[in-house]
Amino acid sequence: MGVFKDAGHLFRFAGLFVLAFLIFLVVRRYVVPPSFGQYGHYRANSIGEVAAKPIKFAGHQTCEGCHTDVLDVKKAGKHANVNCEACHGPLARHADDPTSVTPVKPDTAVLCARCHTATAAKPKGFPQVSPDEHSSGVACETCHQPHSPAIDAGGAK
Amino acid sequence: MKVSRRHMLVLLPAAAVAWKSVLAGTPEQAPNYKMSEHWWGMLIDVPKCIGCGNCVRACQAENDIPDGFFRTWVERYHVSDEDMTNPQVISPDGGKEGFPVVKEDAGKYFFVPKMCNHCSDSPCTQVCPVGATFVSPDGVVLVDQKYCMGCAYCVQACPYGCRYIHPEKKVVDKCTLCYHRITKGLTTACCESCPTGARQLVDLKNPNDPIHEFLKTHSVQVLKPQMATGAKAYYNGLDGSVR
Repeated sequence: MGVFKDAGHLFRFAGLFVLAFLIFLVVRRYVVPPSFGQYGHYRANSIGEVAAKPIKFAGHQTCEGCHTDVLDVKKAGKHANVNCEACHGPLARHADDPTSVTPVKPDTAVLCARCHTATAAKPKGFPQVSPDEHSSGVACETCHQPHSPAIDAGGAK
Repeated sequence: MKVSRRHMLVLLPAAAVAWKSVLAGTPEQAPNYKMSEHWWGMLIDVPKCIGCGNCVRACQAENDIPDGFFRTWVERYHVSDEDMTNPQVISPDGGKEGFPVVKEDAGKYFFVPKMCNHCSDSPCTQVCPVGATFVSPDGVVLVDQKYCMGCAYCVQACPYGCRYIHPEKKVVDKCTLCYHRITKGLTTACCESCPTGARQLVDLKNPNDPIHEFLKTHSVQVLKPQMATGAKAYYNGLDGSVR
């Protein structure tokens, strides 16, 4: 053991390193969240936190559960594939509590014009009009029924 | 029982570790949703987009996005006949309230909805120094807002400009592909409110999803394919001038 005769200071130093490493392990166990690394280099629980957010748009399946009459009108018309909340806005709160939360009817002057104002950038086959020339200020729903807008299809009021 | 200082030193860390495990708990997940059964993406059908801004408004309502920030937005391109490679692009307030009317003019006009591409080899997740942003096992790029420290490396790394620092939370915010909706069997807010079907949520792991047939029969592109991001926002009918 002659070679280790003067090596006591090295062993003490190595001991310090081992101790520091143990402290590191304990601290790491404490500060790293348990779900970190479950799927990758991130906190797996955060996926559930993102998914737990409440929804605002109920989805057309929910609307159609009650408003079957509107669905029947809509199915026959040009707006068959336009979802309810595309025009009526987010109404999950109304779906949760239909009596106390009642939706406001959209203003057709703004609503219809958003999609149907003529502009060169829209696809050519899409029905578009210049609102001023088309109706000179008369509200859209005077002639068109929004749920089935074509006049010759019996959609007129 | 008298607890000596030595015992206390042993007991305290042990108790702390135990308490940590108690606090952690497990997050609430939708009961029938299995992450391994999905691989989400988005199909954007450019010739169907009418630039109404419904998607932008729906996204802001669904996700409480502050004014002037966008998880999705719509751009209007004007490609002139003389210079095909330098299109004029506008997006007033993200296209939220539509676009100014244009009469027929030289060149062509079209709308391009933009959003997070939910890349499978995402540059934004690779640069995060703290593991706060990641591709989830079902293919959605998410942000852990409790871990994010707002360094904005990922904001710079995203080639599509889809991330921003939330002005109040001071952490990064981005499209979650309405993760709180798709895990409940609903579609995203933008798809739900798109009147023409220009946006469609797609599940590439679902063999019955019409996306498989669509990809076979259409010329579909992704944005900036040269960056090899593995983007999963598939654009149909995309003009070569779109960046």
